[in-house]
Amino acid sequence: MARRPRREPIIPEAPVALDTMGEALAATLAEVFGPDSETHIGAAVDEVTLMVRPDQVPDVCNMCRTDPRLDFNYLRCLSVVDYVEASAELEVNYHLYSLDKRHKMVVKTRVPEDSPSVPTVTEIWAGANWYERESHDLFGIVFDGHPDLVPLLLYEGFEGFPGRKSFPFHDYDEW
Amino acid sequence: MQLQEQPTQQADAIDLMVNMGPQHPSTHGVFRLVIWVDGEKIVRSEPHIGYLHRGSEKLCEGEQYGQIITLFDRLDYVANLNCELAICMAVEKLMGLEVPERAEYIRVILCELNRIASHMLFYGVYGLDAGAMTPVLYGFRERERVQALFEAVTGARMMHNYIRIGGVNEDLPDDFRLRMSTLLDQLERGIGECDELLSQNEMFLARTKGVGAIAAAEAIDLGVTGPALRACGVPEDVRISEPYSIYDRFDFGIPVGTYGDCWDRYYVRVEEMRQSLGIVRQAMEQLPEGEIAANVRRIARPPKGEVYLRTESPRGDFGVFLVSDGTDMPYRVKVRAPSFCNLQALQAMLRDAYIADAVIILGSIDIILGEVDR
Repeated sequence: MARRPRREPIIPEAPVALDTMGEALAATLAEVFGPDSETHIGAAVDEVTLMVRPDQVPDVCNMCRTDPRLDFNYLRCLSVVDYVEASAELEVNYHLYSLDKRHKMVVKTRVPEDSPSVPTVTEIWAGANWYERESHDLFGIVFDGHPDLVPLLLYEGFEGFPGRKSFPFHDYDEW
Repeated sequence: MQLQEQPTQQADAIDLMVNMGPQHPSTHGVFRLVIWVDGEKIVRSEPHIGYLHRGSEKLCEGEQYGQIITLFDRLDYVANLNCELAICMAVEKLMGLEVPERAEYIRVILCELNRIASHMLFYGVYGLDAGAMTPVLYGFRERERVQALFEAVTGARMMHNYIRIGGVNEDLPDDFRLRMSTLLDQLERGIGECDELLSQNEMFLARTKGVGAIAAAEAIDLGVTGPALRACGVPEDVRISEPYSIYDRFDFGIPVGTYGDCWDRYYVRVEEMRQSLGIVRQAMEQLPEGEIAANVRRIARPPKGEVYLRTESPRGDFGVFLVSDGTDMPYRVKVRAPSFCNLQALQAMLRDAYIADAVIILGSIDIILGEVDR
């Protein structure tokens, strides 16, 4: 009797639920970054996402900060997600928020694992400084043009990138 | 007699480096600050963090969602419940989970009490930073009352591990209302006493007024949030600008400062305690009966997706960025710690300050190193 092949587990995806503010922002983004700008507007649960190429990051961020329709004056969070296993890439997320307009979005970019470099945004938001140093520490992302990319959380001379999935949890030499 | 004019010395020629920490009582943890001084003026400062880096974010990737809560307890270790709330709400948002009314009220009551306890600790220690011995006794007395209540409710004075995905761990004790009615009156009196004791003290004013001021635009640029930003006159509070949980049901104000100096940062917190007390009183009146947890599986499996959730912790905008790949363990957890960003503003605050004020400026940011280093 032939064995029935096991079914792949069905993994549900979180539904997208943009509020009215998010939909309005998506429309504004489409207006600001026209169809020929090679940016991709999407959504993740309740946030508008804007996928860009690494070299577009400073221009796009500058537009987000200075354009009066967007006015993203506050960089909430800068984080890196490791997708090396799936696509040999690292994703850098810039979570933006406007204190006056009270809308939010994420600028995303993906860098290849073998040359992980993104231009810095410290000139656009000064608060990005430590975030970028931290991401450099833990994920090895090089932020081109960063004023002082020295270790922040780790000590000088630490080997490896402990944030990445490939870094072992326990069995590494500490000193 | 005429005084001969002294040639002003170049800043780079006479730098004296002063090292503070990492083991220094006034750094509130393991934090190192290197200061270059010219006479008594600070020329340059360089904060060093990372002494308490435990890799909490990475550790989260190896735990199930329910187990992460204990790791979040250890981030901001004087406002544990606020951290627990953030991660639980992030998972709930991803799962689209409805939390029962009673659980929401319990969460708000405990989190606001935790805010008062956290600010009370700040109050006491800040007095100590300024050289006043008495406030710390008053601050800890009030904080102790809140901690005793937490012990009765959650079973632990700190590291409560009480808030769960979909609700809370267990129902309130039978004598909760009785305890609360005495506690709230005691706290109200206590906050008044503390305010009276220190806020308008002439020496305290001399030490803090006009010291370590930062402009609103610069603070926003640096990502400063919470009381430190509100002290600059920016009425930004996540509980109001992006209401989460049931905060839209309560009537409360956002205390803001004017000059963004140390005293404003201090007094915003004192006023915030009063507002929190008001929220707790309103929540106690509305507290409904009913379920305390939604019907969720013991091992939560949120759908694939990513979510960013922010809450107002006592130190500011506490954000959690959660990426799920559909398994029982998160793919990535990023904590946006308010202390981490506020500490970045230290260099700006120390600019042109006197070395004697370094401690009081650092104290006014109210950092928790567990959260800064993660």
